[in-house]
Amino acid sequence: MTTVSTPAMRTANERRRAGSIAWHVGALAVLAVVLYPVIWVLGASFKPSKDIIASIDLLPSKPVWANFSGLADGISGISIGSFFLNSLTYAGLAVAGVVISSSLTAYAFAKIRFAGRNLLFTLMIGTLLLPYHVLLIPQYVMFRKLELVDTLVPLVAGKFLATEAFFVFLMVQFMRGLPRELDEAAKLDGCGHLRTYWSIVLPLCRPALITSAIFTFINAWNDFMGPLIYLNTPEKYTVSLGLMMFRDQEGISNYGSMIAMSLVALVPVIAFFMAFQRYLIDGMATSGLK
Amino acid sequence: MTLVKEAPVRPAKKRSAAPVAGRRGRRRENLAGYLFMSPWIAGFLLLTAGPMIASLYYAFTRYNLFTPPEWVGFDNFTTMFQDPRWQKSVEVTLKYVVVATPLKLLLALGVALLLAQKRRGQGLYRAAFYMPSLIGASVSVGFVWRALFSDDAIVDRTQKIFGVDVGGWIGNPDYVLYSLVALSIWQFGAPMVIFLAGLKQVPQELYEAAEMDGAGPLRRFWNITLPMISPVLFFNVLLESIHAFQVFGSAYVVSDTRCGPADATLVYTCYLYQKGFKEAQMGFASAMAWSLVVAVALVTAVLFWSQKKWVHYEEAAK
Repeated sequence: MTTVSTPAMRTANERRRAGSIAWHVGALAVLAVVLYPVIWVLGASFKPSKDIIASIDLLPSKPVWANFSGLADGISGISIGSFFLNSLTYAGLAVAGVVISSSLTAYAFAKIRFAGRNLLFTLMIGTLLLPYHVLLIPQYVMFRKLELVDTLVPLVAGKFLATEAFFVFLMVQFMRGLPRELDEAAKLDGCGHLRTYWSIVLPLCRPALITSAIFTFINAWNDFMGPLIYLNTPEKYTVSLGLMMFRDQEGISNYGSMIAMSLVALVPVIAFFMAFQRYLIDGMATSGLK
Repeated sequence: MTLVKEAPVRPAKKRSAAPVAGRRGRRRENLAGYLFMSPWIAGFLLLTAGPMIASLYYAFTRYNLFTPPEWVGFDNFTTMFQDPRWQKSVEVTLKYVVVATPLKLLLALGVALLLAQKRRGQGLYRAAFYMPSLIGASVSVGFVWRALFSDDAIVDRTQKIFGVDVGGWIGNPDYVLYSLVALSIWQFGAPMVIFLAGLKQVPQELYEAAEMDGAGPLRRFWNITLPMISPVLFFNVLLESIHAFQVFGSAYVVSDTRCGPADATLVYTCYLYQKGFKEAQMGFASAMAWSLVVAVALVTAVLFWSQKKWVHYEEAAK
């Protein structure tokens, strides 16, 4: 742009570039520390079992496939695929439940003026802060009496009944942000609430729905305490429990396969994260702002 | 201004503009509202309110799942307060909350300040820093942590190069809790993103004005940034400390399924799990759960009370 550059301009430019380099160096340094465990597990999965704890190298000196091929044998007679299928079923049902029940509830809070709405909304928000553990024992007793222990019902029932207040809250926030004129116009055109919900609000809420779906999937995939308490037949175990079983049976002797399976178990989460990180991060940010 | 004389008429007019007016319309709205939220109402009654009442009752009984609960009054609570393992679990949990929460938030704020600057690749950095928050809760990462912090493994060996020898992490009752603290700090992504969103809302003019008045970066941070993001800081402190009180998975997986050598990682919920699901002492475990509720409610109350002193709400600006 300029043909003449004064020394003052040059130093200002230089200073800006130096600042930029310093910023990137700083950010990359923090990033290296943060991502170290992820890179380490990638490298470790190709190391022979005896090197995983003992070797200080990040990457294997001679990569081996044995850890992954060892997974084909399964864990005490149960194939790895079975654990994955169970986790997938759990996560799939959880996603369906949360998306349907939370969006209906959120619509009521955001778009319908009914008596007692504010009180119920406060109660709903209050459940966000309630430690889950106070419900753990009576819920277990209840599901035991209903003979539903060792099924997926106790794990997903709450998802179909909108007990995950975080998602209801997220969707309420989103629906309140939609222009009022839209649903007022729909009302004047004679749309009932069901119609307005289904054809106007729901399509516009897609970002909030996707965010909730992905969070739910990842939470269900990572869930540990739920399956630990409710599932007792190894054939019904999710990936988390499969991993624990692996550790208890094989111990240190088969560290390689354990690390390999840890990595494989992380793949769906990381894949989902990479595909939808924008939604997840924005969803998290909105939750803190209002 | 000219509308002033119309003002008294407007509210009435607005209500009558709704297609279905009057009491019938209102009743219909009520019905629609309750129908739409019927899943939540059912969930709240069956899975939240009902269980809360039940667990309050169990807390005053001796109950092993097989014989009917037997009323024992405050016995569970008196036994609990005198139980050395319960005391240990309280101590471990408090130590965890007090060390992990501030460090995590400090790192989250630091990185958020770094990422708040407009630089190339900002989005990529933000995503990469956020990732541990999502995978950190998995058993997989628990195993990775165990492998990294095992005695004589990478962390141990690397620090020995620098001449620091703590005598192992996972096997050492004095340090094993700090490997869990490290795992918690590692997941600083979620509060970081919330800080970042808060930082974006600080009006740029404030900084420009302060700079003209000759305020240095530290002063600007202390007098502008910190007060402006204090609502977000409050939210993060509240959420993170409540979460920290409830830590379970990492203590169970990283140390070992009995929660640590010499109970060193016997966090509160881990003891609750042992009492309830290993020893079938449902009454005792319920008493523990209610004590946790009281503790969390106290922390919440103290934080809400304290916010008058340090949280700035810009009501006028809205």
